[in-house]
Amino acid sequence: MPFDTAYEAISEDTDTGHRWAFGTGFTDPLAGVDTDVPAGVGGADLAAYSLMLGDDALIMSHRLQEWLARAPELEEDTALANVALDLLGQARLLLTRAGAADGSDRTEDDYAFARGEREFRNVRLAEVTDADFAGLIARLLVFSTWRLALLTKLQSSGDPVLAAVASQGVKELTYHRDYAAEWVIRLGDGTDYSRERMQAGLVAVAPLVPELFEVSAVERRLMAAGVAPDPGETRAEFDAVIGHVLEAAALDMPAVPGLAGVRGQTGRGGVHTEAMGYVLAELQSVARAMPGATW
Amino acid sequence: MSESASGEQARTHQAGPKQTPPLSTWPLYEVFLRSKRGLNHVHVGSLHAADATMALRHARDLYTRRNEGVSIWVVKAADITASSPDEKDPFFAPSGDKVYRHPTFYEIPDNVPHI
Repeated sequence: MPFDTAYEAISEDTDTGHRWAFGTGFTDPLAGVDTDVPAGVGGADLAAYSLMLGDDALIMSHRLQEWLARAPELEEDTALANVALDLLGQARLLLTRAGAADGSDRTEDDYAFARGEREFRNVRLAEVTDADFAGLIARLLVFSTWRLALLTKLQSSGDPVLAAVASQGVKELTYHRDYAAEWVIRLGDGTDYSRERMQAGLVAVAPLVPELFEVSAVERRLMAAGVAPDPGETRAEFDAVIGHVLEAAALDMPAVPGLAGVRGQTGRGGVHTEAMGYVLAELQSVARAMPGATW
Repeated sequence: MSESASGEQARTHQAGPKQTPPLSTWPLYEVFLRSKRGLNHVHVGSLHAADATMALRHARDLYTRRNEGVSIWVVKAADITASSPDEKDPFFAPSGDKVYRHPTFYEIPDNVPHI
């Protein structure tokens, strides 16, 4: 059919109601958004910041995808796939934004498949492996609670594209957080055994929490320009939400020092854990073996 | 800190009065959706879940991924009382020849919808 974009083909305006039993009503989150880089904002900084948020989503999404067909129930497979797909959608928009902002015109694929480990800017929380389902749920609760708090503030960003991505993401992350919280409470308030494993999940994730609230030099400059929110300011909401969930689950988050970086650098500075290499090896192997391949 | 603290908590964690023994499998739930263009909830399928709250979330994840619905009902399959195929004739055949029960002998005004 002669449509310019996939969205057009299935949007409410062009869907005559005959082809889809339930209708579609899909919307393009960037419809009508001004994509110029706002005046007074450094393109390189904006690109770097888009990569930070985009890489968080991309790498977390990849780790979630690894759970497909391995979750305890078929229904959970689908739930985790939905979460992974939401995050992948956010990553695509953010990586595309990075290419437009730094003037390199690199595509989302160039960023995802052609960068080395040190060029990824995700927090280390996104890349680590999970010992079991409870471990994944603990990590998803922390990740989505933090990201929701961050994107809620990002909705008033001076960059209209980031603001639009954020307002789409807030709806998605609200569900992710709700999904994870439900499971934390179920497992924490379940049997002695489920409780033990849920607590072990929290113990594993705790050292990765402090990094989430650190402020990088790029973020500091964009905070001054009104483009990025202060990650440190999300701490209060994060603590309140996590505290609320863990109280209902009768669990506790261990207060431990953050996982050390290298010479003061952590994920945002391109310094990752051992797990990151394995993520990229799988994510990039086909693209690196057959550059530019299409199907 | 966590080792001793969580051990302590595990020992003092009391089973609440509502606690039930774990199930070996999750019960079956039937899912009903109302679409944007639909007037009533329509049965779309079934799923497994530990309880109704989880069933609602599973229904959201399994049956509304392509924008199908604006409202979901879930009900335990075991709670549905269904007519039996054996009773098909006594239940439904007597209405087969009573055309006067249909309002086809009247002209329906254009502004009366959904008939």
